[in-house]
Amino acid sequence: MLSIKRKTFGDWVGEIIIYLVLTILAVVMVIPFIYVIAASFAPESEIQSRPIFLIPDNPTLSAYEDVFSGSTGVRVIRSLAVSVGVTVCGTLINLFFTLTMAYGLSRTNLIGKKAVLNMVLFTMVVNGGMIPTFLLVKNLGMYDTFSALILPGAISAYNMLIVRNFFIELPNELEEAASIDGCSDIGIFIKIALPLSLPVIATFGLFYAVGHWNNYFGALLYLEDQNKYPFQLVLRNIVMQTADTSANADQELPEDTLKMAVIVIGTVPILCVYPFLQKHFAAGVMVGAVKG
Amino acid sequence: MAKTKTAVLTAEQKAAKRAKTWTQIKRDRWMYLLLLPGFLFFLIFKIFPLWGILISFQEYYAGLSFFDARWIGFQNFVDFFVGADFLRLLKNTLIISFMNLIFYFPLPIILSLLLNEIKVQWYKKVLQTLVYVPHFVSWVVIASISFMILKTPAIMGNDAYTGGALFEIIKAISGKEVDLLENPSSIYWVLLFQAIWKETGWGTVIFLAALAGVDVEQYEAAIVDGATRWQQLIYITIPAILGTIVTMFVLRMGSVLDTGFEQIILMQNTLNQSASETFDTYVYNYGRVGGDYGHTTAIGLFKSIVSLTCIQLANRAAHAVGQAGLF
Repeated sequence: MLSIKRKTFGDWVGEIIIYLVLTILAVVMVIPFIYVIAASFAPESEIQSRPIFLIPDNPTLSAYEDVFSGSTGVRVIRSLAVSVGVTVCGTLINLFFTLTMAYGLSRTNLIGKKAVLNMVLFTMVVNGGMIPTFLLVKNLGMYDTFSALILPGAISAYNMLIVRNFFIELPNELEEAASIDGCSDIGIFIKIALPLSLPVIATFGLFYAVGHWNNYFGALLYLEDQNKYPFQLVLRNIVMQTADTSANADQELPEDTLKMAVIVIGTVPILCVYPFLQKHFAAGVMVGAVKG
Repeated sequence: MAKTKTAVLTAEQKAAKRAKTWTQIKRDRWMYLLLLPGFLFFLIFKIFPLWGILISFQEYYAGLSFFDARWIGFQNFVDFFVGADFLRLLKNTLIISFMNLIFYFPLPIILSLLLNEIKVQWYKKVLQTLVYVPHFVSWVVIASISFMILKTPAIMGNDAYTGGALFEIIKAISGKEVDLLENPSSIYWVLLFQAIWKETGWGTVIFLAALAGVDVEQYEAAIVDGATRWQQLIYITIPAILGTIVTMFVLRMGSVLDTGFEQIILMQNTLNQSASETFDTYVYNYGRVGGDYGHTTAIGLFKSIVSLTCIQLANRAAHAVGQAGLF
């Protein structure tokens, strides 16, 4: 389409500037992560003496050995187990609640559908706030249990509405054919609607999973027992542990390289699923449905 | 129309209609079953806490039961508004919010316009992949990295020890050793730059989608007419995404008092608290930690009402300038 136009000198300069600016910007945004990864493989003396480096002079794995040994090791491994458990269970529960409700609401002439939809939209605008929700969780006996990290956020209204739009747009003929063959609505849901929506399930599964892995607020609000802390909380406590915050005077302070290693461990799972995330949101699932 | 119709319905017709409704409900019984878990979730975790708003009219502390708490009318609100904290919280919240609006809000728009100019598709993809990364990383990681790169040297004034990478860069440029993390006036800039770092890239997604919807023929016609690239930008591209910009602006106004709880609570310390305490962190610090439920629920309610009002006003303003707005 641009063939009819010949680029002038000014166009070329403009183009080069745009490429340069964007490249620098993109590099600046990821360089802190690269620095942290590099620092996690450097000996403590190097971190304390070199302000910034992208390749350590004397690479070592000692920080990672320290993370997984001694009392720190116990804390880290236990919290990683908690985070993995909460992420897996939480995501499954998210998907169960989100998919069933979205499908239930996808029948356009369902009696009472409108009332339920209005309720959902209402809760997107108005909510009780932090303290009433906290008191509810406490009164339901969920305080200081893992269920408090999972159930209060079982459905993201926004995600549910997008999935619902997807179900509405599924071809009706398949469902009608199945229903003539004597399949119940639940059968149609499991045998037809779900297999057709695997990309959508994968997308929202990943988004929910990232949310669980990254969640800090939930654990801060609802957990008391340190042994139940998920990884993000332990990561925070290790990084912030300095001479004046350390509870026991005899407790050894974590070295900076160990802090770097812990940050890397908190980030790596995200980077692992990132290519899949990108693949799906590139497909426009997220944005295309906003209008709905 | 519908009214007159019902009026002439005979008793038999009514019965028939009711029977039809009933068959329809029976036919859809499995759909209702599928709907049930989600419905219960919204009822219990989203609707039921609204009842807790009553707490804001009570003198309600941790350890007390709801039924034992004394009803005190609007006393919590009065105490809050005339109290010493209110103006400070309002000031902090508005500073953070408006710095975000002025400095952050235009960035995703500018970035997406720049990305839109990149015609080499694979390179555009690479750039997008890189700038989206920080969005998916947790606030804990963002805060921890900020802490590591801004920290002061282990031993101040000794050249054998270095501070964090950014601390050293700032020192080299300004010649001063500044501790951005423990300084009330600088914490706002730290929060702003974190928000820019984390969300600018991801913020482009919605604008890029709007840009992708622009008809290519418009550009072709403009080029035939001799429009420069700049003119194409002003007369085609920007009008095409104006609706999206307005929508995002209305949404932003609705959350003018929402300052991102996780980010601020993670960056807060006793030295910068005078500047970094916002409504959200105050509710957490005095409500959840301090146990002053009645008072802090009142603050939450105040915040919700202001948000609703702001979003209404912004939406009306959007209509006034001829945009669709949010609703």
